[in-house]
Amino acid sequence: MGFSFLKTALAGAVILGSMAATAVMAQDVTVGLITKTETNPFFVKMREGAEAKAKELGVKLIACAGKFDGDNDGQVACIENQISAGSKGFAIVPSDSKAIVPTIAKARAAGLKVIVLDTPLDPMDAADATFATDNRKAGNLIGSWAAKTMGDKAKDASIVLLDLATNQPTVDYLRDQGFMAGFGIDVKDPNKYGDEDDKRICDHEISQGDQEKGRTAMENALTKCPNVNLVYTINEPAAAGAWEALKAVGKDDGSVMIVSVDGGCPGVKNVQAGVIGATSQQYPLKMASMALDAIVSGKIPDIDPKMGFLDTGAQLVTAKPADGVPSISVDEGLKLCWG
Amino acid sequence: MSDDASGSATAERGLQAAPAAVANFDEPDAGFVRRLQGFLHQFPTSIPFIVLLLGVIVFTIAAPGKFLSPLNLSVVIQQVTIISLLGIAQTLVILTAGIDLSVGAIMILCTVVMGRTAVVYGVPVMVAFPLGLLVGTACGIINGLIVTRLKLPPFIVTLGTWSIFGALNVWYSQSETIRQQDMEASAPFLQLTGTLIKPFQTLQSWGLQLDFLRGWVFTWGSILMIAVAVVVWYVLSKTAFGRHVFAVGDDPDSARLAGISTSRTLVAVYGLAGLICAVAAWAFIGRIGGVSPQAGQTANLDSITAVVIGGTSLFGGRGSIIGTVIGALIVGVFRNGLALSGLELLWQDFAVGVLIIVAVTIDQWIRKISA
Repeated sequence: MGFSFLKTALAGAVILGSMAATAVMAQDVTVGLITKTETNPFFVKMREGAEAKAKELGVKLIACAGKFDGDNDGQVACIENQISAGSKGFAIVPSDSKAIVPTIAKARAAGLKVIVLDTPLDPMDAADATFATDNRKAGNLIGSWAAKTMGDKAKDASIVLLDLATNQPTVDYLRDQGFMAGFGIDVKDPNKYGDEDDKRICDHEISQGDQEKGRTAMENALTKCPNVNLVYTINEPAAAGAWEALKAVGKDDGSVMIVSVDGGCPGVKNVQAGVIGATSQQYPLKMASMALDAIVSGKIPDIDPKMGFLDTGAQLVTAKPADGVPSISVDEGLKLCWG
Repeated sequence: MSDDASGSATAERGLQAAPAAVANFDEPDAGFVRRLQGFLHQFPTSIPFIVLLLGVIVFTIAAPGKFLSPLNLSVVIQQVTIISLLGIAQTLVILTAGIDLSVGAIMILCTVVMGRTAVVYGVPVMVAFPLGLLVGTACGIINGLIVTRLKLPPFIVTLGTWSIFGALNVWYSQSETIRQQDMEASAPFLQLTGTLIKPFQTLQSWGLQLDFLRGWVFTWGSILMIAVAVVVWYVLSKTAFGRHVFAVGDDPDSARLAGISTSRTLVAVYGLAGLICAVAAWAFIGRIGGVSPQAGQTANLDSITAVVIGGTSLFGGRGSIIGTVIGALIVGVFRNGLALSGLELLWQDFAVGVLIIVAVTIDQWIRKISA
């Protein structure tokens, strides 16, 4: 027993040791990338973009992530590691845009450059700069596309919204309210969904951005809204799940239009296949590589003070362009997609 | 919120009301509560069954015309299929007084192994599918071997392997989603569990008109779940191995003295649980049409919830497969019913939390009878 325990412990130590050895290949300048999780393809691609850029710049990248979306403590530990590693700076996608602020202040006081990606801090100026997708605009694009494409039928639409989470994180309400505004719905408070009184909104459900939960959410929505003809989804996995639910009741015949946000490769292929009508594509690789450039060179690009952050762009990907709504083709979307 | 509060209040009232009918069978002599305790000890599945019934009644009233329709009830069954399968695996482990925190991670890893091997690497599905089953079983056996050889608490072991299997998932999947269309093109067999069965239409085409079946829609995944439940129930109640599982969970020392190889039983239990997780993986692919490596994050804990609400004791040695399936149905009915009543997700979570605590309280109370 004792012997086999020793063996196991030894084997464990050897494995971890060799992992650490590959990680420590010292280069002079280190920079960091801290994401919400390491499993979401959005962050996986962000890390790949950062790794490629780090190689090009000849610096060493330390990547770190929380354990789950919302894991502030994990990200605090990541930042502390960046400080002890003597990094020049890091890019971070904050899981909790308020709670992480004091730790970021500590890092900046220690001389690190901090660039926030994707989700702005609250307050936004707590970082050296913010590079992000304008999520409200991303939502707006799919909303106006849906309204234009439905034409006269838009005024009798029955809309289901598959949102992210009950606590309405920033990205959640920005996309949702952007979509509504684009579609021509009075959003009331633009930083909160659920307070609208437009009759066309039939149901809000929570998908957690998960394909299986997206299906469950759509199944429940279908019982409440049997005549649904427009489905907004927080991201493309939720859209794919919603599609499975619609297919199960024979509503995959073109009677229901799905719109989404993200622009991951599976999502763009679903636009091509006609599952998703249109999706707003964002650019995580670009965010990460721009951030590394700025940290290593020490030069922060000019940022429009009215926006407060550098918009890395969102483009509508659709096979059926609508008048007056700028979009790119599926082929272009496939060239730019991630994940 | 008021719906929810009255929902659980009704549930508790119902629990107290239920035994009255039972006591009527015998002469109402002393120890009404004692009798109830005895009855529940003998038929532990009766409580989850009553709760399920109450849930159905409450939501039929709370969401009139929506909840109680064949289509919606069919949907609920489809929604609980995966958690039921994982719950069956979890029940096996919990019966031995263990716990398996890695069931969800094993399932997702198996979806990735099956799907990616077949679709991305182009291996014939008749190789990729058994490979997935094998990986699931192996994961379970690894859990069992660590628990028995290193004599570590299952909680810690499976906490560790949860993380390890999760990391292997990210490594093998590259976090890449496999779309339903790609799956359909190269490995439609893996989607079989999602195929719909409409019993009314099917029987009608055979010249049999059964109106009570109108509107019901099942999936092969749900049928598979029921089949697994029946097989595991049979194994547990009718075979020597099944007796060993209960004995090991009830009192490992006596079991050992009685000549049962506890280590071998435990390894077999964890291995079987792993295999069932792999079967759940097949059902999962059918449900979402493809493979999503990020999905199923809450599946581990959801399976434990189903087991506990289903009346299986976390202390081992007492519980049932049918209870777990009913437990999963209860969670499904409450989540669906609350959603249809227009309540936010947070109140669904709230209600499930209440159900867990009530279930464990009742279990503790029943246990006192043997004390």
